[in-house]
Amino acid sequence: MSFDIQSVRADFPILSQTIYKRPLIYFDNAATTQKPLQVIHAISKYYEEDNCNIHRGVHYLSVKATEAFEEARKEIREFINATSTHEVIFTKGASESLNLVAASFGKKFLKPGDEVITTIMEHHSNFVPWQIICAEKGATLKIANILPNGELDLEHLYSLISEHTKIIAITHVSNVLGTINPVKEIISYAHRQGIPVLVDGAQGVSHISVDVTDLDCDFYCFSGHKMYGPMGIGVLYGKEKWLEELPPYQSGGEMVKDVNIERTTYNELPFKFEAGTPNVEGVMGLRAAVQYLKNLGMDEIHAYEDSLLKHAVERFSSICDMRFFGTAPSKASLVSFLIGDIHPFDAGTIIDKMGIAVRTGHHCAQPLIDHFGIPGTVRASFAFYNTIEEIEKLADAVSRVKTMFR
Amino acid sequence: MTIHEIENQLVDEFAAFDDWLDKYDLILDMGKSLPPIDPKYKTDQFIISGCQSKVWLHAEYREGKVFFTADSDAIITKGIVSMLVSVLSGQTPDAIQFADLSFIDQIGLKEHLSPTRSNGLASMVKQMKLYAMVFKMKS
Repeated sequence: MSFDIQSVRADFPILSQTIYKRPLIYFDNAATTQKPLQVIHAISKYYEEDNCNIHRGVHYLSVKATEAFEEARKEIREFINATSTHEVIFTKGASESLNLVAASFGKKFLKPGDEVITTIMEHHSNFVPWQIICAEKGATLKIANILPNGELDLEHLYSLISEHTKIIAITHVSNVLGTINPVKEIISYAHRQGIPVLVDGAQGVSHISVDVTDLDCDFYCFSGHKMYGPMGIGVLYGKEKWLEELPPYQSGGEMVKDVNIERTTYNELPFKFEAGTPNVEGVMGLRAAVQYLKNLGMDEIHAYEDSLLKHAVERFSSICDMRFFGTAPSKASLVSFLIGDIHPFDAGTIIDKMGIAVRTGHHCAQPLIDHFGIPGTVRASFAFYNTIEEIEKLADAVSRVKTMFR
Repeated sequence: MTIHEIENQLVDEFAAFDDWLDKYDLILDMGKSLPPIDPKYKTDQFIISGCQSKVWLHAEYREGKVFFTADSDAIITKGIVSMLVSVLSGQTPDAIQFADLSFIDQIGLKEHLSPTRSNGLASMVKQMKLYAMVFKMKS
């Protein structure tokens, strides 16, 4: 399939606006992606026609909404190729998925002297929850380094593994560097030593086809809003054997089987981890987003975004004084850079006034930014609705920044 | 000049430009005219940390007036810091405390003083007013 960029863009009405008298160019897709009409309509359709609290209701609307909700779970299972719908837990987002695993896994399996391994390139969401639970349990958090080009230092990662290692928590794709980590290889290495692996897929699912069965990961976490779905909805995929073993993260309605004054028994998977009324509109929107991505084709999306990345790298490399952070050979479609010594805040402010949304700062990955010894970066992250022409305009904006701050 | 008069002067200067990029060129120029802060005050003790850029602020009280010097690691932030210093430095504690700094809004730079902007400027204004209050209480 070839990409009909104009018809794709027509699905995203937000992109056709003008800001500061210039056409909006949206390059902040790693923070959140825009939503196609199909997602927006799915949410309004839910409230116009189907709104009801789900599960256990005997009346028409409740049954209809419950069916749609569970149908969505099936479609998401299929999208990531999980074995069972029991393994797909709806959460608020990747952050909540990661917090859930850190808290529940830590509660059950971590004791003083144990070790958890993560990497220097993690988003705070896959760093701080582990830091907290390790401190609470008297365990140690070990951090794997990166190579100068932003690739994970696999040798260092493997050298950190010991008989005390209880879990490895690693990002699929770095939100700052774009590096696509060889998670399948890491998982297979860890499994040979009996260590489970959690993958933070917040930046993975929107760019590459994810098959959790093929990866053989024990947990995979992602957010709806970074994959063209709504905010406030995310997924935790976990292997059934782990999810059965982990204690509940939150309690309330829905997650219980039987409650009496002496004790409570918990509901079966996936409901054990879904306390309270779920975000049904979010699930409806996420389902529409998954359908949208499937229609376009993940491989086609990856190929198109890769062509954008190649163009951007080539074009920006021709501007002197550009400093790139993250030049791994296997990379998602984003560029993190500094223009000479110009402060990223200065660069981002001017680029914004030229109608281009980029992100500046530490991107919620302070350990990584400290590792480079810089105040932050400017990050342009691309999506399938972006164009070569837009990248050219960013290059012009970068040149303008250079002139202004010379 | 009073705070209000200096504010009006700044608003007039910016009114001459239509395009945002020209306004920012002016902000950069203002940053260059900011009197340097004594390096001994460019330490963590005097830092106002934003998420994205840092501001250093020092205040002195002489003959009933507060004098500020400041700096920033980002040039746009430094330009706005320069405007705030030119408006508030050399004023009385009372005048500083009651200044509403509406000129920032009139120029169209309100976003920079939003606490969510993470450039340290919102905290800087609070700190300037705090200095004024403390000097007034001590005097």
